[in-house]
Amino acid sequence: MLSKVISKLKENKSCETKKMPDNVRMQIENLNMWYGNEQALKTIDLNIEENKVTAIIGPSGCGKSSLLRCLNRMNDTIKSARIEGKVWLDGKNIYDGAANCVDIRRKVGMVFQEPNPFPFSIEDNVFYGCDINGMDVDKDATVERCLKDAALWDEVKDRLDDNAVSLSGGQQQRLCIARALATKPEVLLMDEPASALDPIATAKIEDLIDELKKDYTVVIVTHNMQQAARISDYTAYMYLGKLIEFGETEQIFERPEKELTEKYITGRMG
Amino acid sequence: MIYMNAEEVRKSYTEKLNELKNEVEEMGRISTDAISLAIDSLVELDEEKIKKVEELDRQIYRYDRDIEEKGLNLIALQAPVASDLRMIGTCLKIITDLDRIGRYSKDITKVTKRLTGEPHMKKLISIPNMAELTIEMVDLSVKAFMKEDEDMIDEIYEKEEKVDAYYDETFREILTYMMEDSNNITKGTQYVLVIRYLERIADHACNIAERVVYMETGERVEHELES
Repeated sequence: MLSKVISKLKENKSCETKKMPDNVRMQIENLNMWYGNEQALKTIDLNIEENKVTAIIGPSGCGKSSLLRCLNRMNDTIKSARIEGKVWLDGKNIYDGAANCVDIRRKVGMVFQEPNPFPFSIEDNVFYGCDINGMDVDKDATVERCLKDAALWDEVKDRLDDNAVSLSGGQQQRLCIARALATKPEVLLMDEPASALDPIATAKIEDLIDELKKDYTVVIVTHNMQQAARISDYTAYMYLGKLIEFGETEQIFERPEKELTEKYITGRMG
Repeated sequence: MIYMNAEEVRKSYTEKLNELKNEVEEMGRISTDAISLAIDSLVELDEEKIKKVEELDRQIYRYDRDIEEKGLNLIALQAPVASDLRMIGTCLKIITDLDRIGRYSKDITKVTKRLTGEPHMKKLISIPNMAELTIEMVDLSVKAFMKEDEDMIDEIYEKEEKVDAYYDETFREILTYMMEDSNNITKGTQYVLVIRYLERIADHACNIAERVVYMETGERVEHELES
């Protein structure tokens, strides 16, 4: 209840706004980020189109996960992190002092590399976000909707009270996706969501992402370039904190314009 | 981040790509030999050369199968993208053109077989000249592929126009001979087949050159279709 009141109060504060370009769900504008003295992101400008999958690729340490975490202010939890620039969501800058962090993370959900279910029942896992956000929604209906959206319903519908840690790795990851969907986010961020899974579980996650983009905007960080090529509509290639190239996935993988992109995706950069 | 050069990273993969390219070059060389020998067999009505062309056609077929298998293996095992993918895709397309060139060479030797036993109705001049141009076109297109030089397409197109002009001119010439003397009709129709095969070979050389443009730029060339 208290969080609802605080949230309402914060919403009433005036927040910097702008008109978003057509079909753009999030807009990253002149974004720079530092960990202490080390600059992790350098002047990033990028539009995230709605109902599309945008993949961020690049070698380790290039800043792709840092960029992803900037999209729902996950970096706020890192003390040494400092961010300059703007990230627009629904015409509001999420880094505006008046922006409501809880509200942002409800609208921009996140799925991590390792499946991280809570040691509760399957249905309590799914409903957890609604619960702590104090959302007034029907639990059974929400759990069913989210599990169906995450393509997990048929596998768990008869054992919703079972502990979530009893599920397989692939099922746990889909449960985490269901949990992220429960608060009805607009954007879903995925940080290497299939890197810890076997090929079959990976294929299920990839199919799921393809389905999810009908209702959500998806941004995925992946080391697996074939996965990026298979599932994304747009691809951003990052190197040393800079956005080197961004374009339609087909163009990036068939005829990249930048030599650095070419070297990376053909495996000629170590 | 350490920036390694192409020779250091994916060495075996790069070697396999080069191997594929070299095999296409060799297939191209055999194809031009096949055209040259086929025309010689026709001009000289030489049955030994027919056998040599047939052997070259078999070699071309084997290269076609081998390169296709290697190309598909590279796609399956190495998941190539960007310029590597375009290069492999180009190889897979080019070998079909080269295989067709081999078949046309063999088709020319079939004409030789049909004409053997009797002298030509006149000394063949236009057909060897036209063949020389088409051989140059195939040779140039394979060189363009090896040198990764898309600009060579202009020279190939220029030659194709000359081949087309030769075709029209030679066709009229053959027709005149057939109209002058109906005894020439049987042989004349065979010569028409040969110039048609040569004209088709020239088209395949253009296809190869257009593939090289795609390989280098990622842009597809829409060569003007014949009316």
